[in-house]
Amino acid sequence: MFDDLRDLYQEVILDHGRRPRNFRRLDNATRTAKGDNPLCGDRMELFLALEEDGRIADVAFQGRGCAISVASASLMTETVRGKTEAQARALGAAFRELAMTGACPHCEAALADDMERLSPLSGVHEFPSRVKCATLAWHTLNNALDGSAEEARSE
Amino acid sequence: MDGATLPGFDVTRIRADFPILSAPTPRGKPLVFLDSGASAQKPRQVIAAMTRCMETAYANVHRGAYNLSEVATESFEAARAAVAKFLHAADVREIVFTRNSTEAINLVAHGYGRGVMQPGQAVIVSEMEHHANIVPWQMLRDAGRGIDLRICRITDAGELDLGHLEELLADGRVGLVAVTHMSNVLGTVIPAERVVALAHAHGAKVLLDGSQAAVHRRQDMQALGCDFYVFTGHKLYGPTGIGVLWGRLALLEAMPPLFGGGDMIAEVTLEKSTWAPVPAKHEAGTPAIIEAVGLHAAIDYVNAIGFDAIEAHERALTEHAMATLSAVRGLSILGRAQDRGGVFAFTLDGAHPHDLSTLLDRAGIAVRAGRHCAEPLHTRFGIDGSCRASFGLYTTLSEIDFLGDALGHAQKFFA
Repeated sequence: MFDDLRDLYQEVILDHGRRPRNFRRLDNATRTAKGDNPLCGDRMELFLALEEDGRIADVAFQGRGCAISVASASLMTETVRGKTEAQARALGAAFRELAMTGACPHCEAALADDMERLSPLSGVHEFPSRVKCATLAWHTLNNALDGSAEEARSE
Repeated sequence: MDGATLPGFDVTRIRADFPILSAPTPRGKPLVFLDSGASAQKPRQVIAAMTRCMETAYANVHRGAYNLSEVATESFEAARAAVAKFLHAADVREIVFTRNSTEAINLVAHGYGRGVMQPGQAVIVSEMEHHANIVPWQMLRDAGRGIDLRICRITDAGELDLGHLEELLADGRVGLVAVTHMSNVLGTVIPAERVVALAHAHGAKVLLDGSQAAVHRRQDMQALGCDFYVFTGHKLYGPTGIGVLWGRLALLEAMPPLFGGGDMIAEVTLEKSTWAPVPAKHEAGTPAIIEAVGLHAAIDYVNAIGFDAIEAHERALTEHAMATLSAVRGLSILGRAQDRGGVFAFTLDGAHPHDLSTLLDRAGIAVRAGRHCAEPLHTRFGIDGSCRASFGLYTTLSEIDFLGDALGHAQKFFA
């Protein structure tokens, strides 16, 4: 009945949704931020351990939400570990374009491998009401990098 | 056919009145609209009445001395009379038009809460209220006027805890009990007469939020005995932008207006103004004229079917949904109230409500997902959100079968 939804719910998404990676607190976190989409109930807390040069040494998250939001956060943590702050922000901007349009034609070549890893989420662009689920983690990452105490929202 | 099982209720004929049910859909699948609790679809009789008003009988009301304005005023006031009759109100002046139920509740929170209640008094709401019947009372509590807010518990079955209500009323300091007549999440219909009797015995007035109940059951303000009742047009197959506050005449008269402007005044000088008699006092500015005409048509439409038939249809749908949903593996229905209507919130093991509603949407089924403007209720049940299927006049038993079937497939999809 739902075979045509396998574009959105690829096996990678279902897997990361059921068994999110880096799903824990970071005791040595130097930055944390919360994300909350109150209308739909997705909520998360993101932990970053930044090195002195601003590189992301470790990243983890906890929270609850739909398969899309949990899988997106899980894939994000795998993708940004080891990145500089600037690289992580550039990836976030590219990912938001991917989620909204299904493609990222102007992405820097340097991001290509990481964008490939995030590409299973590109299917959300066909579901406007679900784009916010995929982007919540990245909004939260920006807030963590900004050192903002405000809760991130993508609704 | 479904209609055959319910004498006097021809669902096929009713469905033909709703153009959207046969409109083209993105993937060519028939629309299975199970979100009438959020807003109902519109029959062509309502659409036609509004179009006719704009094409042949439209001008501003209560102003012009020309024929067209008089005609428009007559249709607007005829709508008020139709609402009064619909609610079996004692007096047509007890009907105040608002934008929606939310505005009607805010009008009471301001006019009665701030204008009539005294410092030291309290308002009671329940754990199963829509945000529209929580937030205005929190604003009243926080306005620095010494008015407290008390929360009446519900039971695990999703029924109002009448014992707790009585405890909260016991000190005689409660000025108003403001509760939903029928939960927009659990489908629970509260024993309104008992709530009214309890509240009145302790000197409290009662506001019932009838946003759901007025759609599903016949209402009679004189028999019900409450003091305020609110409902909204768009859930009753009418247009958006029009709602109703019914209040006892003496209360509406005692309440200061929330909005000031044209239409609500008797005399205006640059120094001060005096108020028009009710209901005009509470209806500042040009009202929703076309929408009032639409609401009138919606009431006529519902009355023509008749609440006996509507209630029987809904009972059949509700019983069928309870059996169908209960048979879906991993599905939990929120609330098991004895007296309930055609609103079912549920969760499915392993499937988040949003993922579930995306799947159901692909099958052509429209359900609501999230917290349905009732976050405290979801917190009460310890869940982040739920899916909700809510039924209307046009809902069929086979649509419920289809929902059950789709939920079974969804369970396997996420398993």
